[in-house]
Amino acid sequence: MREIITKIDEITGNIATLKAAGVGLGELALLQSPGRETLGQVISLNGDNVTVQVFGGTKGISTNDKVRFLGHPMMVKYGNALLGRIFNGSGVPIDGGPEPVEEEIPIGGPSFNPANRVIPKQMIRTNIPMIDVFNSLVVSQKLPIFSIPGEPYNQLLARVGMQAEADIIVLGGMGLKFDDYTFFKRTFEESGVMNRVIMFIHLASDPVVECLLVPDMALAVAERFAESGKRVLVLLTDMTNFSDSLKEISISMEQIPSNRGYPGDLYSQLAARYEKAVDIEGSGDITILAVTTMPGDDVTHPIPDNTGYITEGQFYLRHGVIDPFGSLSRLKQNVVSKATRRDHNDVMNTMIRLYSDCRESRNKIAMGFKVSKWDETLLAYGQDFERELMDLNVNMPIEVALDRCWAILARHFEPVQTGLKDELVKEFWPAQ
Amino acid sequence: MGMGRVVAAYGNMVTVAFEGSVRQNEVAYILAADGSRLKSEVIRVRGERCNVQVFEDTRDIQVGDQVEFTGNLLVVELGPGLLTQIYDGLQNPLPKLSQATGLFLKRGIYIDPLDREAKWDFTPTAKVGAWIEAGDILGWVPEGKFQHQIFVPFDFIGRAEIVKMAEKGFYTVADTVAEVKDEDGKLHKLTMMQVWPIKIPLKLYQERLLPDQPLVTGCRVIDSFFPVAKGGTACIPGPFGSGKTVLQQQISRYAEVDVIIVAACGERAGEVVETLREFPHLEDPYTGGTLMDRTIIICNTSSMPVAAREASIYTAITLGEYYRQMGLNVLILADSTSRWAQALREMSGRLEEIPGEEAFPAYLQSRIAEFYERAGFVRLKDGRTGSVSVIGTVSPAGGNFEEPVTQGTLAVVGAFLGLTWARSNARRFPAIDPLISWSKYPEQMKESLAKVDPHWVEIIRAAQKFIHQGSEIKKRMDVVGEEGTSIGDFLIYLKAEFLDSVYLQQNAFDAVDAYNTMERQAYSFRMVEKILKKDIAAKDKDDARDIFFRLTALFKNWNASAWQGDEFKRFESQINDFLRG
Repeated sequence: MREIITKIDEITGNIATLKAAGVGLGELALLQSPGRETLGQVISLNGDNVTVQVFGGTKGISTNDKVRFLGHPMMVKYGNALLGRIFNGSGVPIDGGPEPVEEEIPIGGPSFNPANRVIPKQMIRTNIPMIDVFNSLVVSQKLPIFSIPGEPYNQLLARVGMQAEADIIVLGGMGLKFDDYTFFKRTFEESGVMNRVIMFIHLASDPVVECLLVPDMALAVAERFAESGKRVLVLLTDMTNFSDSLKEISISMEQIPSNRGYPGDLYSQLAARYEKAVDIEGSGDITILAVTTMPGDDVTHPIPDNTGYITEGQFYLRHGVIDPFGSLSRLKQNVVSKATRRDHNDVMNTMIRLYSDCRESRNKIAMGFKVSKWDETLLAYGQDFERELMDLNVNMPIEVALDRCWAILARHFEPVQTGLKDELVKEFWPAQ
Repeated sequence: MGMGRVVAAYGNMVTVAFEGSVRQNEVAYILAADGSRLKSEVIRVRGERCNVQVFEDTRDIQVGDQVEFTGNLLVVELGPGLLTQIYDGLQNPLPKLSQATGLFLKRGIYIDPLDREAKWDFTPTAKVGAWIEAGDILGWVPEGKFQHQIFVPFDFIGRAEIVKMAEKGFYTVADTVAEVKDEDGKLHKLTMMQVWPIKIPLKLYQERLLPDQPLVTGCRVIDSFFPVAKGGTACIPGPFGSGKTVLQQQISRYAEVDVIIVAACGERAGEVVETLREFPHLEDPYTGGTLMDRTIIICNTSSMPVAAREASIYTAITLGEYYRQMGLNVLILADSTSRWAQALREMSGRLEEIPGEEAFPAYLQSRIAEFYERAGFVRLKDGRTGSVSVIGTVSPAGGNFEEPVTQGTLAVVGAFLGLTWARSNARRFPAIDPLISWSKYPEQMKESLAKVDPHWVEIIRAAQKFIHQGSEIKKRMDVVGEEGTSIGDFLIYLKAEFLDSVYLQQNAFDAVDAYNTMERQAYSFRMVEKILKKDIAAKDKDDARDIFFRLTALFKNWNASAWQGDEFKRFESQINDFLRG
């Protein structure tokens, strides 16, 4: 049993400083107030002064509270007993169930050796045509959903979770509103996938430090499952809250902010999480889909900006649909028409090109220019495209979606107007 | 060896109380409680305490942990066997590390950068009785297609006489190949391997020359419009999604140099994977071997320790300087220098230094300058020349080129290849914006460029003017509409667009178009120029647009046809028909 310290010298923000010996960086501490216990983590040492970041917040902490160092870093439970369970940002069950009896593993583990990485070549089906057909999600990809706050990003995330081909889904909720938490829980339960879901939930009202732990716990668990051969999909929402928590903590640590108050290591912090996405040769894999709400719809804001440099593309969620123009899946070239049907690549490009022409025609109307016959064709095509494919409620396997693409093209165009290769037209153009 | 004890720790900065003396930038090992030895570097000394930056995860470090000072600066090993290697920022071979530690990196594990077992076929060239000094050549071993020269260590002090030379035969890098006696009569055993501190430039050459030879990358907009010289420097800033990665990969594949060193510094691991999985299977366009044979990859990706990220750039350039010493042309691709600058910023913040703009340290600009100044075209002592060129990417926050790293870099490089969203969103790749990019090299390379075409510099300058003119007309046209533009202006605009789409744009995914020799560039540019100079007889604007639609399609097909093949000649004759008509 380690010594119990009963004097805290300094309390500021979420940080407490006390005197202790034999304590290591990153070690956990247990702070006991009457009727309340909370964990903390050692973030700096100076002589015999130890600075502890208090997960549960410092509200009500007294200078004579008991502090005990546990001799190990932050751990998370790992094992099949976690499936279907919900935990808070400190790893404590919040679904009313018992504490699972499982192995404990450290969080924030080391980086995957780049020399062991492979080029991913498999697609993850989501049955959402705007993803599967136009910006395919690839195994081990890390993709953010850039969205302004009012968009249905959590609905999108939940749908991907329900429908994606994955053995295990880990949801990390950061700064989640209670309504959203309930929504996720209900959606997963009602769709019958809850038995392969693990949720780590930090609610908006929870202490801010716990928010920082959520992605690390989610990813540590995901990493172990991937090592044991499982296909894991990690859903994170919302990384903007995570970054804002980082900002809050670093300012209270008196760190010099770099850009709009965010710490200079924001890039490294985000990268350390996103880079956990991996395809382990001969074993499982981790794919990460994360929500980043863009403050003020500004993609040059430090959070989306740093994220864009880390991730392999992005989905823009605008006006309730995945915008086909800003969105990009950098890895789709690895699977399109390779892991999918051979017409995929050409159909994808043709549909987008024609849709972009349609937008130009719409601009023409908006500017009051005359509308030609061709413009009218494009407008009608655009409407069908939006209704039958872009709408987020459309739900179909990629093969059906590709057939739908051909059907929409055939409805509005002659084959020659689409510029599609003759051999594809011969095989796929629907007979009248 | 000096000793010390940890007195404070925060992030990857540790304060150590030491006994005796320490050197600035010397390497120290922290002996953590779990028995691992954590490599670190002294970065500030104050009284009896010094700050060290730790190259590893600092978890579990405790006050009172013992620290060993090595007395040596951070060094890399130099010798045969560097090519084809994949190292981390501290020169640990990553594939071997994976054999030792499994899928994940483990802290405190260091593996010899050069294989101690491999035997090399050594041919001595120095003779017993000869007097030698630092940097003289003792012999050579074959490494890939090169004669890898074995040098007297670059830090050898004074002169010495060779008393014994190894016979021709197979030796490991640790075997003695020569014994020398210095002027004080002291014997030294020399091996094929030596070390050099990464933060000190290797300047064992006779003189630095003005870079006046073009470094052909195969990318038309670079080679023709904004060329880089062998021994020169260039930077590629661009927001995310503007095609930096594809452009870097193109250059690493096709650049006409002997050795390529790719420093993946704080970027996505996935990008390096493409290089390290594909290069062993891709053919080197110059030698017929694989691309991997001429490549070294330094891989310190974004989730690896930040302090090692700072070191990785220096590791890359030191290896480059070593191969330059053999009279070779080396190209360093640093992706991205912004991540390196951020590593400096993180450490500066922990040291509580007074921050400059965007919290970058005040010495950012001078560090950037020091790094790029290590590039150069040099004449070696034996009269041969060699070069180290540096092309660094910059990832400006929000795509704003006014930020400190971009500005600090622009002040010291010879060419600026700016990528913009405006071009990448319009799918104009490579997205190097001709309106903002520049190169200082055409003037100083005038003589060698004259071999391509006697008036090359002038005709390119005229073409650049065309692009600017076209852009001016476009801006006006956006306001007054096509109706308010004269047919003359409209034709200039179309010609500029034509030049852009058939010459500046290049399809990186087309087997032929991806790479153009300088010969082909000159050939096809002269054809483009004829179109630019021709009076186009168009009935009206629609007709003019149609003419250029057809011309553009024709040239694109021509670009995609193999050099001087049947297809190539067929399209060329169609173009000539047009020019006559």
